[in-house]
Amino acid sequence: MPRSATVVLCCGILAACAAPRPGPATDPAAPGSPEHFPSTYEPLPSTPVLITNATILTGDGKRLDAASILLRDGRIEAVGPNLRAPADAHVVDGSGKWVTPGIIDNHSHLGVYATPAVAAHSDGNEMSGPNTAEVWAEHAVWPQDPGFDAARAGGVTTMQVLPGSANLFGGRTVTLKNVPARTTQAMKFPGAPQGLKMACGENPKRLYGSRQAFPMTRMGDVAGYRMAFSKAFDYREKWRAWADGTVTARPDRDLQLETLVAVLEGEILVHHHCYRADEMAQVLDVAREFGYRVSSFHHATEAYKIGDLLAASDVCASIWADWWGFKLEAWDGIRENAALLHAAGACVVVHSDSDTGIQRLNQEAAKAMASGRNMGIDIDEGEAIRWLTANPARTLGIADRTGTLVPGMMADVVVWDGNPFSVYTRAEKVYIDGALAYDRSDAARQPKSDFMLGIIETTGGLQ
Amino acid sequence: MRPLTPWTLLAALILAVPVQAETVALTGARIHTMGPTGVIDNGTVVIGDGRITAIGAGLAPPPGARVIDASGGVITPGLYDAHGYLGVTEVSLEASTVDRQHVDPRYSAAFEVADAINPRSVLIPINRIEGVTRALVTPAVAPPLPGQARSPVAGLGSVIHLGGSEDFIVGRNAALYADLGESGATAAGGSRSLALLRLREALEDARDLAANRKAWNEGARRPYSASRPDLEALAETLRSGRPVVVTVHRASDIAAALRLAEDFGLNLVISGGSEAWLVAGPLAAAGVPVIIDPIENLPRRFEALGATLENAARLHAAGVTVAFATFRSHNARNMRQAAGNAVAHGLPWDAALAALTVNPARIFGQAASSGSLEARKDADLVLWDGDPLEVTTTATRVFIRGRDIPMVSRHTLLRDRYRDISAPLPPQYRPRGEAP
Repeated sequence: MPRSATVVLCCGILAACAAPRPGPATDPAAPGSPEHFPSTYEPLPSTPVLITNATILTGDGKRLDAASILLRDGRIEAVGPNLRAPADAHVVDGSGKWVTPGIIDNHSHLGVYATPAVAAHSDGNEMSGPNTAEVWAEHAVWPQDPGFDAARAGGVTTMQVLPGSANLFGGRTVTLKNVPARTTQAMKFPGAPQGLKMACGENPKRLYGSRQAFPMTRMGDVAGYRMAFSKAFDYREKWRAWADGTVTARPDRDLQLETLVAVLEGEILVHHHCYRADEMAQVLDVAREFGYRVSSFHHATEAYKIGDLLAASDVCASIWADWWGFKLEAWDGIRENAALLHAAGACVVVHSDSDTGIQRLNQEAAKAMASGRNMGIDIDEGEAIRWLTANPARTLGIADRTGTLVPGMMADVVVWDGNPFSVYTRAEKVYIDGALAYDRSDAARQPKSDFMLGIIETTGGLQ
Repeated sequence: MRPLTPWTLLAALILAVPVQAETVALTGARIHTMGPTGVIDNGTVVIGDGRITAIGAGLAPPPGARVIDASGGVITPGLYDAHGYLGVTEVSLEASTVDRQHVDPRYSAAFEVADAINPRSVLIPINRIEGVTRALVTPAVAPPLPGQARSPVAGLGSVIHLGGSEDFIVGRNAALYADLGESGATAAGGSRSLALLRLREALEDARDLAANRKAWNEGARRPYSASRPDLEALAETLRSGRPVVVTVHRASDIAAALRLAEDFGLNLVISGGSEAWLVAGPLAAAGVPVIIDPIENLPRRFEALGATLENAARLHAAGVTVAFATFRSHNARNMRQAAGNAVAHGLPWDAALAALTVNPARIFGQAASSGSLEARKDADLVLWDGDPLEVTTTATRVFIRGRDIPMVSRHTLLRDRYRDISAPLPPQYRPRGEAP
């Protein structure tokens, strides 16, 4: 079982994990105690599957025609032409079908803003202060959100659930395998690092400004980041001093600063909600000042204005295909954002931030791809699928486990009934760790949340 | 206002001369007329004086016409945004730019969005270069201020064309808008029944006023529940039979709206309609059309527990007239994607295109001039480089009332300006958005 970010974080604080002074690991109140809220995820039962004669987009840029892919024991065993079916394998005829890695949405609020969207389900923004780095999205995720099932029917196998953007520091994110489960721990992607949701611009200043509170300007936004990370530096020093015996009184544990120290240590990945180009540039300088990395900007409607800077900074832009205008910082959002970023050599992710959009991220990528072609930026399907697979995996720190169809990777796979870059194409079979988690032709493989029981039956077919 | 001098009058006349005086012929396309002619292969459409002057297979362009080779392309009527806010909203979260709703409880039915519509809205070119040529500009019911309650009636919406600022309102006060269901209940003071009660009382008062206007003016009539302008607007609605668009989702709320419509002889249109498929039979029997976003499939509210991607297909199969809207007009252009998804979930392709064109035109009394491609109708049409419902297809030319729309928007200017960010001079030195 991989150790949690918290454990690793404390190694960072204590500087010398090999020889910790006695105390912290056995002190349940102190950092360094065993992994908190550990994943209990177990893959669904599976048998070996061979999908034959399909068009395969591998997620690392390649397109294989008339190829096969073998899934066994939760892993991708082989990809290529003319694979022979092992005796124990179930064979799926992929003629006319397309196969891609499972779709990864790195920006979802499923479970924390569940449907129905009633007040009782409003769990995504802890709007009690501009820095709530101590809260964790996973503590609010409702695994019975019907949106998880709808997303799976759209091919989504992994997602990051984030707190909202009301606060400068919204809290820790969680990466989930999109399997039906009774607890959130049973959805947690084993070993995936946590993220920290941060937010730029209008949302924090609108909320706290309306309360005549800090921050009420973009100046306050940036000052808020810097003050918090300064405190985190001091906090880390206190624990280090205690760990090396310089001071004897154990410091008080501060969950908020613990999260920020984990960012400084590189154990928690920063996902920063930011629309305007100038603000992203400011955030990159904050990160440089304090020595942490931004894993991805989210929404980034103006990312195309600084594609060179993002490429040089090795920071992904996680964007919509075409949302714009609902607030002023989204006023310059254009359809060619993804294509212009791609042309600048920057890392592009197409995300949803929507329980509707998550169901058809393939169509969103298709629109972004077509907009690029229309302006002479040639992007093929093999490249565009990365925006939904390998690239979001990279922003979540799981690209070594999922997001590409390469032997040894998790068998997170979608079989589409045609080219996924078409409005008419639908996900037909969705495999998560090699198990058939969704099958459009088999009602027994179309899980429904508890919430949908005993209400209106919508699946009666055409009436 | 300054008096008109002869010079300003002359200038106004010059500006008013239709730029579409030339004759244009598009040739060689597959034309989905959405009219009695159906689909025309290798079709020609001829545009003159803002209208379609001829349409048919293989017609030779008239002498002197500007000929556009449209072979390999697909031509459809321009698309309708059947329920939205083009021209009355710029930035949704900046209240100073939003004019479709208000919080004055004194006014409801008489509130006319027409007076607030800005035909130069930035949203309009962004949507029209992707094929949206007409729009229903609709009022909305704002949540009441704390401690207040108000009518569930939003006011009067209008039909506009997106082809420029000249005569842009083509259907002033074309429909009355109201909310029932959860939104109506919230506005009215907390119950669906209260929203219906307010509406019934106001309609009864409007009837009474219409029948006893003289007595009311002389103060010899009982007090009414609504302001005089509101009752006049309702009375005119009852008299003219203009559509009454009720935003409602739950099947039982739709049934209540049907009863209300029957009692008062309203020309009812359902908008929203997440559970409309559950009452498809009664809707079809009453001839009530439904405006939906066909991709709504989650139980987003307790009034939408029956939402399904097959809503459009089931309504159509039952004989209900369906129109599509995104209800978010910044991206009204994405209606065709929604329509494509409806096709992927059982709606016939032709019915999906009808839901974007001829159906909204019919619902709002515009079919004599738009919604289908027929001789003498307004020349609102779109040339596509493929299947118009496909997400990788692009509109390559758009005509609105015969005007050959420049394929330029604020977004295309940004695109071109930032095409090459390595140019030596900053992008601000490219004043018209051109590439470096």
